[in-house]
Amino acid sequence: MRKIRFVKDITARHFMLGIAIFTILFLLVIGFSLFFKALPIMKEKNLWVLLTSANWKPFKGDFGFLPYIISTLYVSLIAIIIALPFSILTSIFLNSYASRSIRRFFEPVVDLLSGIPPVIYGVWGTLTIVPLISNKIAPKFVDFSTGYTVLAGGIVLAIMIIPLLISIMTEVFRSIPREMTDASLSMGATKWQTVKKVILRKSFPGIIAATVLALSRAFGETMAVLMVCGNIAQIPHSFFDACYPLPALIANNYGEMLSMPSYESALMLAAFLLFIIVVLFNGISRFTLNQIEKKYQFS
Amino acid sequence: MIGAAVIIMGVLIYIIGTVFYKGIPSLTWEMITKIPGGGFYLGKEGGVLNAIAGSVFIITGALVISLLISVPLVMYINFYLPNKSIFSSIIRFSLDILFGVPSIVYGAFGFALMVYMGIKASLMGGIITVAMLIMPIMMRSLDEVTRLLPRDLPDALLSLGSTKYEMTKVLLRQLMPGLMTAILLAVGRGIGDAATVLFTAGYTDNIPSSLGQPAATLPLSIFFQLGSPVEEVQNRAYASAIILTVIILILSFSARYFSSKFSKNKI
Repeated sequence: MRKIRFVKDITARHFMLGIAIFTILFLLVIGFSLFFKALPIMKEKNLWVLLTSANWKPFKGDFGFLPYIISTLYVSLIAIIIALPFSILTSIFLNSYASRSIRRFFEPVVDLLSGIPPVIYGVWGTLTIVPLISNKIAPKFVDFSTGYTVLAGGIVLAIMIIPLLISIMTEVFRSIPREMTDASLSMGATKWQTVKKVILRKSFPGIIAATVLALSRAFGETMAVLMVCGNIAQIPHSFFDACYPLPALIANNYGEMLSMPSYESALMLAAFLLFIIVVLFNGISRFTLNQIEKKYQFS
Repeated sequence: MIGAAVIIMGVLIYIIGTVFYKGIPSLTWEMITKIPGGGFYLGKEGGVLNAIAGSVFIITGALVISLLISVPLVMYINFYLPNKSIFSSIIRFSLDILFGVPSIVYGAFGFALMVYMGIKASLMGGIITVAMLIMPIMMRSLDEVTRLLPRDLPDALLSLGSTKYEMTKVLLRQLMPGLMTAILLAVGRGIGDAATVLFTAGYTDNIPSSLGQPAATLPLSIFFQLGSPVEEVQNRAYASAIILTVIILILSFSARYFSSKFSKNKI
């Protein structure tokens, strides 16, 4: 009887260890399998040429990723620029101004915003943002725009990353020792001065980390952006041009690529690029955030 | 600052409001209870039951797989490994990164895996890929509640002479509300994600009857219907969007309910 108990314990322990190792390896497996799938195209063409050429003619064997990379960057940057002020202000509000009940009331809002599926954001974007841009905003700057633009993608994406930014930033703000803000307030500083000179300065690395994390989330977002940004393979010249980000490229061309090995390999290269960028960004910012959290725990 | 907060809240209401406003007129009982009929994509009769069923099948399968992996893992790093061990922080770190990997990359990887194993786009493929997507979500959220568990509880169990395995079983019961929250969060993410199932689950007008058949999913169904030039079909996409939104709302609020229950029961 006694023996069985210990056998069970040891079996469970080894089983769990196996799963733990598998989880760590899983990341490497994804990376390597995407890399090997992308290898053929990298052997065929110089990687640098692939990344900097704007020529995308799969049926002639030209794979230039530049339009896609630029589109992804544009859309994500716009999203960050729009989302950042809102998130910082809201997090500060929730952290140092709002009463407990308002904070509790606001939590589900952030939860819901992050819970709404990308497709719904896409539907909403096509219903509201796209017509808004094509009818109201774009005519003031350019002659004609369909509304399916870089700007539309950026706006929709901004709303999608706001909950992530808010939830990380409130954590970061919370990690600032209370004595610090109290000291500042007792010196006669106003709340806003305290926020500006103490909280924001102290949590600067955290805010940067949160931004990088949100940026990497923005890079990978597929469906919502795909539905509002037009999907034309060109280097967008203004906010009112259509664009074609990397994830949308992968999503749109999966069906037809099977007939051509180099096409498939090129798309896998796109996925690999996305993977590497996201893993790097995530790694760096998570590391910074963990460091911040650690400091907080010991102080 | 209050303005920023109010705007964010307004946007949320605006999004949900727009979807409901557009979708309510074409939301009928038929939408939920029928599979697409003959001329469905031309605006004739039928519903999206195929997509609802497909989504439910996929998420159920994915949930089972990811539960089998994530629960033991979280128990392992919290109760088996010593406190603050390097190994557990490596695991947590890689979970954080896996959490950030975009769903389209999971989709591409899942597809590559399926080609390698010789599976066609099917329910099976969808289940595996969605399981990969929701596993990190579940692990992280379960891990967060498990860390909050008071340390004396495991100590008390161990001092009574239980093995760590027995201890884990008892503690798991204590963690039930947290586990429920984790499940609901993961289901919410999994059911709404389109990029993962785009190439792995395929699309069909029928309800899949075996693992090898392709399966439709709700987000993809919305996406395809929206792409149609026929107006009735587009309206139906909005109605399907309502169905999805309602599912998400229910999941999100019940997750909230369970987590509040958990914090009340804290010892």
